[in-house]
Amino acid sequence: MKVRVIVTLKNGVLDPQGRAIHHALEGLGFEGVNDVRAGRVIELDVADGTSDEALDDMCRKLLANMVIENYRIEKAA
Amino acid sequence: MAFTSAVITFPGSNCDRDMAVAIEQVCGGTVHRVWHGDADLPDGLDFIALPGGFSYGDYLRSGAMAARSPVMQAVVRAAERGVAVLGVCNGFQVLTEAGLLPGALMRNAGIRFVCRDVALTVENNQSLFTAGYEAGQQITIPVAHHDGNYFADDATLDRLEGEGRVAFRYATPVNGSARNIAGVLGDRGNVLGMMPHPERMIEAAHGGTDGRALFESVVRGLVEA
Repeated sequence: MKVRVIVTLKNGVLDPQGRAIHHALEGLGFEGVNDVRAGRVIELDVADGTSDEALDDMCRKLLANMVIENYRIEKAA
Repeated sequence: MAFTSAVITFPGSNCDRDMAVAIEQVCGGTVHRVWHGDADLPDGLDFIALPGGFSYGDYLRSGAMAARSPVMQAVVRAAERGVAVLGVCNGFQVLTEAGLLPGALMRNAGIRFVCRDVALTVENNQSLFTAGYEAGQQITIPVAHHDGNYFADDATLDRLEGEGRVAFRYATPVNGSARNIAGVLGDRGNVLGMMPHPERMIEAAHGGTDGRALFESVVRGLVEA
């Protein structure tokens, strides 16, 4: 089973990388970019039937740092 | 009683030897070098140091992989027993990732790697690690990091300040750290994490000796108390 974990910074946490990307986009002449936030995508191939609880546990214990990050789990159809 | 300490080396640590030399020179006693894959620590440790560097190539997040390595389970147990633990730079990142200290260390607000001497204010000189300094004393210690921007929510920051757990503060902003925090103590006072490198200010040839008092404080507090 293919699972995609999307890790993003929590709202209100300053994202220096996103800000630098934003500046770079503006430098390239792209207009109308209001904000940029950078995150991380982790693709997992797990045994069929891996429980949601187990996936949550993986996210909480390692893949995301819950102090500063949120995560979202997407399962491939 | 002979002072017994350990310096942990992760793959990618690069300040482990400096740390061991600083402890040997200032604290004396026996300094064990421990590898990240070891499940057990040497017996009778007074002091454990987690050095700077780029453990596991900073994969995932700085300190994240090291915090889950076998030896860290043993370090967490030792800290809970009251053994003194110092984490410097990457070691501080490992301590937050392992849950021994609150908060997280994020990318520097200015994006750039910062590598220079910085002025620190000693906020709390009542701790095991800082008793050799004067309260409010200004000292110079070098930093060298990309992810030193300390973050915690306001309630946590208020609690840290209220409990005297901010050990060091940057005298002027360095990396965007919340409230200019440079070093944080654990809730029982036996764990200190800090981004600046005291082990790099031990002898005159380093350009200063302001780091010595930290190691002197530890040995005085643990052995001579």
